[in-house]
Amino acid sequence: MSSILPLTLSNAYVKRRGKTLIGPIDLSIEAAELTIIIGPNGAGKTTLMRAMHGLQRLTSGVLEFACSIDDARQAQAFVPQNPIMMRRSLRNNLIYPLQLRGVSKSAANAQADDWAQRINLRHALDQSAPNLSGGEKQKVAVARALIREPELVFLDEPCANLDGHATRDIETMLLAERAARRTIVMSTHNLGQARRLATRVIFMLGGCVHETGRADAFFDAPQTPEAAAFLTGDIV
Amino acid sequence: MDNIWDGIKAAVYLLVTFDRDLMEITLRSLQVTLSAVAISSFVALPFGAWLAIRRFRLRRAAIAVLNALMGLPPVVVGLVVYLLLSRSGPFGVLDLLFTPAAMIIAQVIIITPLIASIAHQAIRELWAEYHDLLISMNTTSGQRIRTLIWDGRRALITAALAGFGRAIGEVGAIMIVGGNIDHATRVLTTAIALETGKGDFALALGLGFVLIFLSLLVNFATHALGRTERGKFW
Repeated sequence: MSSILPLTLSNAYVKRRGKTLIGPIDLSIEAAELTIIIGPNGAGKTTLMRAMHGLQRLTSGVLEFACSIDDARQAQAFVPQNPIMMRRSLRNNLIYPLQLRGVSKSAANAQADDWAQRINLRHALDQSAPNLSGGEKQKVAVARALIREPELVFLDEPCANLDGHATRDIETMLLAERAARRTIVMSTHNLGQARRLATRVIFMLGGCVHETGRADAFFDAPQTPEAAAFLTGDIV
Repeated sequence: MDNIWDGIKAAVYLLVTFDRDLMEITLRSLQVTLSAVAISSFVALPFGAWLAIRRFRLRRAAIAVLNALMGLPPVVVGLVVYLLLSRSGPFGVLDLLFTPAAMIIAQVIIITPLIASIAHQAIRELWAEYHDLLISMNTTSGQRIRTLIWDGRRALITAALAGFGRAIGEVGAIMIVGGNIDHATRVLTTAIALETGKGDFALALGLGFVLIFLSLLVNFATHALGRTERGKFW
């Protein structure tokens, strides 16, 4: 399956109006990892993911995949922090990415039924998506990203502002995807969630990757004092 | 006051008796204007969407020009179309002057900038909302335009209705290129102008009321078909 990964960033910067948002960043994302990006607000988590996904242009540096950039764009998905619901029914939101690929209507509908079942929203398939609750919208956004089986998925704080039930539903989905060896990059402020899901952690501070490593090693024995302080709940 | 009362009576009389001339010019009004709105929408909606999603050097200038063209004086448009279609003009060989087709051409020129401009405004807001999603899904320009037009269709209906409103009430241009010929190019507005000129205010007013009624009818029908203003739907 892994044709687009690893993704590598070399000496990457994103600047806006002279201000450096992130950089310098040297990083690679390996296949079949669930990478969690943690760090305080403004550390550049969202910008980093947007840059890796291609929503944000690098000011300098190089972003490379194991294949051409066009093929890589086809094989990835992004779920923003505030889910964007198209002004359509839930079903039509789910089948939209499939329609773009020319999947037949009946096949797309069957997949939409399947995914609606997985996110416990089968009953709401014909409701207008913008009228769903916040947690439901977030689940739809995750399902819509996963429905065309991208190789690489970015999730920007998918569980921010969600209650326990909705968070658990999304985590269950993500664990299933991790088990299916899909590559996921996700940011979160919830350290408990990071411990539950991550196989690898990127700790960001001040626009740079401050520390990175295997999840168990990182959580057991962080190498930098800032990461250790962050994990114990101190403000860094 | 008497004139208005007579006008109402004349309108009611014309309507209940299904006056043949009235039916004919009403249907022609509808035919000309709906054709113009359809053609304009076909051009203007994708153009408005394209303008919203595309970044190019002269974009701001293009939008300013488009907005300025909304105020295009119909009489001038009529004059130019007349010159283009007249026997000595470049399209004289098509023999279109003083036909409903010429009236449609003039109306298309008048309302296309209006529909495109309103469509651009509406779609720009939707594009701001959808931007990341559609970029992230690696959509082509064509897919983006189709998606924005479909999801923004309620607002675009308003754009088309604004075009309809301008076209159905337009008299200057279609008078020049249509010629207000009885049983050929006479429509409600040109008939009103004619009857007013002849001093038959009752008939003119009657036709005016029919015109207003027609406009309301088309608007209500559009909203009913589009299912707008109903909580569950966009």
